[in-house]
Amino acid sequence: MRSYDIVVIGGGPAGLAAAASARKEGIDSILILERDKELGGILNQCIHNGFGLHTFQEELTGPEYAGRFIDIVKELGIPYALHTMVMGISREKVVTAMNREEGMFQIQAGAVILAMGCRERSRGALNIPGYRPAGIFSAGTAQRLVNMEGCMPGREVVILGSGDIGLIMARRMTLEGAKVKVVAELMPYSGGLKRNIVQCLDDYGIPLKLCHTVVDIRGKERLQGITLAQVDEKGRPIPGTQEEYSCDTLLLSVGLIPENELSRDMGVEMDPVTSGPVVNESLETSIPGVFACGNVLHVHDLVDYVSQEAGRAGTNAAAFVRGELHKDSGRTIRIIATEGVRYTVPRYIDDARMERLLTVRFRVGAVFRDSYISVYYNDERVMHRKKRIMAPGEMEEVVLQKEKTASYPDLERITIKIEKE
Amino acid sequence: MEKKELVCIGCPMGCPVTVTMEGNEITDITGNTCPRGRTYAEKEVTNPTRIVTSTVRVAGGDRPFISVKTKEDIPKEKIFDCMQEINGITVKAPVKIGDVVLENAAGTGVPVIATKAAAVV
Repeated sequence: MRSYDIVVIGGGPAGLAAAASARKEGIDSILILERDKELGGILNQCIHNGFGLHTFQEELTGPEYAGRFIDIVKELGIPYALHTMVMGISREKVVTAMNREEGMFQIQAGAVILAMGCRERSRGALNIPGYRPAGIFSAGTAQRLVNMEGCMPGREVVILGSGDIGLIMARRMTLEGAKVKVVAELMPYSGGLKRNIVQCLDDYGIPLKLCHTVVDIRGKERLQGITLAQVDEKGRPIPGTQEEYSCDTLLLSVGLIPENELSRDMGVEMDPVTSGPVVNESLETSIPGVFACGNVLHVHDLVDYVSQEAGRAGTNAAAFVRGELHKDSGRTIRIIATEGVRYTVPRYIDDARMERLLTVRFRVGAVFRDSYISVYYNDERVMHRKKRIMAPGEMEEVVLQKEKTASYPDLERITIKIEKE
Repeated sequence: MEKKELVCIGCPMGCPVTVTMEGNEITDITGNTCPRGRTYAEKEVTNPTRIVTSTVRVAGGDRPFISVKTKEDIPKEKIFDCMQEINGITVKAPVKIGDVVLENAAGTGVPVIATKAAAVV
């Protein structure tokens, strides 16, 4: 059986950054496994601009951002296999994969970096009644069709869900000559960035209907139209508010789900809120030597943060391979997300292994105005930072200091919550 | 006197900003809660610009399309003219990221450049 010090599952932004940083830490034997025909992952179809402001201080398109990391991986001479699907990973880190050239094969990994990304929530998860005609796509599928295959999924479009991909596709389809009639959002706020609402919808006069959902789908062979209705605070359609729209295309932009079949099958402990693995300060999962980063860990809004996080996963995987990661072990401190904070990454900290500054990322569960992010060490409030606004669509962070954490000898739990004052 | 309603994109607050104009002169800006809102509103009512991104056909390449963008932002009202010109373009492989595929997009003087490479097959 072939063996590599580090096997990276996925060649998107997370996998590329993780592999590059592990190589820079001196690990020679690295392999990236990618199921698509090229490296770069989802960025290849995100042809709009707005990527890389933090990393490169300029606004790049998705393919350009991916291109920079692909160039780095190639310059570093890191091997990668394309068209290669990973079928399973054992607890002993034997990776079973297949492709056309080699058939099914196995690789022994010293460390594994999970970087499989996420996929879109589908119609099946929404329970929309009505027929199942052609013409209903996830927004990302439409994005791939338009931007990479060069074909338009349809001409008259309704979009359900106001996630960023849906907003971006509203503009893209409009620019390519389609009529986007409406974007409907179940929640009372959009999950997308303000910038995208203004530049993708308002610029083109596309209405955004909050508290609305699709309650019927018409058309047997091809989609002919849908019915929208307003919903009450519990998400139930309000009788009498139905509106008919004729359309040949319905795009769904209703959320992303980390793609963790491999992680679950290998027995990694999962976080039910993020649908990603539970990780510690080193981005290591419950199986030692198995790391996770990027959208497979938790869905990010900015690829810059994915690259940063993945770089840390790569560095830590390299330390694991060198036998250094577990040399210093201290106490395990739990991080608790409560009162408005939905989850945190990481969930555990070993404070001996913690870096001098540790960024804890989290999301809030609702829109909060003029509120505080508070951090408690056990029952003592140690951080209290005012934010004018926090929204579920924008990831938040707090930075913990190793020095401070170490000065609390009885520290068992760090609680992060949102407080009004 | 004319009033223009905008939503600031500076942060998730999304302040509704009202700009009052006398002809081409801004006489009042209200609704913004920070200086960024004012800067945004001034630019948006006097000279709104956008970067346009799209795709062009590739001849003889390893992929049928590559992505492109206007190298800088162009006036908002030129977006559809720019799209029309972009849709008429076929580039010949090989193409590198940054190669100019159109010199002057819709008379703006801004070039359209490749954001993806295509190799010869």
